[in-house]
Amino acid sequence: MASLDDLKKRIASVKSTQKITKAMKMVAAAKLRRAQESAERGRPYSEKMNNIILNLSNGISDKENAPKLLSGTGENKVHLCVVMTSDRGLCGGFNSNIIKKARSYFSKILNEGKQLKIITVGSKGNDQLKRVYGDKIIENISFKESKNANYFDADKVGRIIIEKFEAGEFDICTIFYNQFKNVITQLPQAQQIIPLNNEEDHNNSDESYEFEPDEDEILSNLLPKNISTQIFKAMLENSASEQGSRMSAMDNATRNAGEMVDKLTIEYNRSRQAAITKELIEIISGAESL
Amino acid sequence: MSEEFKIEIVNPEKSFLVKEDVIEVVVPAFEGEMGILKDHISIISFLKPGIIKVFSKSGDESYYVEDGIIEFKNNNLSILTSTIISVADLDKSKQGDLLKKAEAEASKSEISDQAKYLADQKVEVLRSIN
Repeated sequence: MASLDDLKKRIASVKSTQKITKAMKMVAAAKLRRAQESAERGRPYSEKMNNIILNLSNGISDKENAPKLLSGTGENKVHLCVVMTSDRGLCGGFNSNIIKKARSYFSKILNEGKQLKIITVGSKGNDQLKRVYGDKIIENISFKESKNANYFDADKVGRIIIEKFEAGEFDICTIFYNQFKNVITQLPQAQQIIPLNNEEDHNNSDESYEFEPDEDEILSNLLPKNISTQIFKAMLENSASEQGSRMSAMDNATRNAGEMVDKLTIEYNRSRQAAITKELIEIISGAESL
Repeated sequence: MSEEFKIEIVNPEKSFLVKEDVIEVVVPAFEGEMGILKDHISIISFLKPGIIKVFSKSGDESYYVEDGIIEFKNNNLSILTSTIISVADLDKSKQGDLLKKAEAEASKSEISDQAKYLADQKVEVLRSIN
């Protein structure tokens, strides 16, 4: 059994850990509100963008000459996966959930004998993936210095992807991120962005649009923008998810620390009492023997 | 019969402006300025740097945009843009900053014709705001 002094020290250290986790929870809660707001405010843009593209691609006259970003290269050999994670740890299962999702996708692709290329956004994803897939990672982007997700950063990632696509380095591009549902639930998502797959609702646009300039030109202008937009959306969802996940992780940690302090305190009191009883017995038996 | 339609301007960060009582909107479309009234035909077009003018019952406003896409459908005008600033908020120093940036862009030699055209447009529009 640990001595009284040891117990005292442990209680003190658990208490100070609890203070830290509590503070982190508060910070995450404050940041979460902001991140959630901006994620929600960013949704109309990406939804509208998607709608317009959907309408456009349904109205396009000759599908064969459609821009490659929309219809793909016609091949299915090289897959590019953009894995978006956070730059900081201590956020529960946030990063590992994305990685898990990405890993199962990777092994599926590799089993099919296709080539795999990875871009990681955020250093945590890179740390976890480089051990197994180190040779597949072609780029690692990190936005440690920017405080909030902003469109400028997303555009940078988008440009890199488009550049590589135009250089013919891959056929299909998928992004991995966590979609924010609520504080407790974040859903890891795999979304294919090149070629755009919009199989879902093909029937709702019988309307004819007028285009100015012509549709090809609009499409070729719009598609790169859409990629940046989708990445921006993913970044916003990710940052909300990260804070939410960190908040609940830190909440758990604080609670666990509290439980531990309770347990240790009981143990401490018991052994204190035992020591007193022992001393009393010694005194009494000493007196009796006289 | 009312003459109004709905406008919604969104940028990536948020929904920038929503108005229900718009009478006319003039947008700097790629091939020239375009005025949109109620019951305009469905149209998709994109914008070059310029000024969006919104005429509504509750007052007229104008905004400076650098790029964007517009979609008009069922008397709903959606404008998606990455850079939008209300002209009322555009003071001298901000305008100067933007102008400098645009001029630097326009004077680059290795850019494509289209990028050059867009940058020139920016310079021109920014100079004209006063």
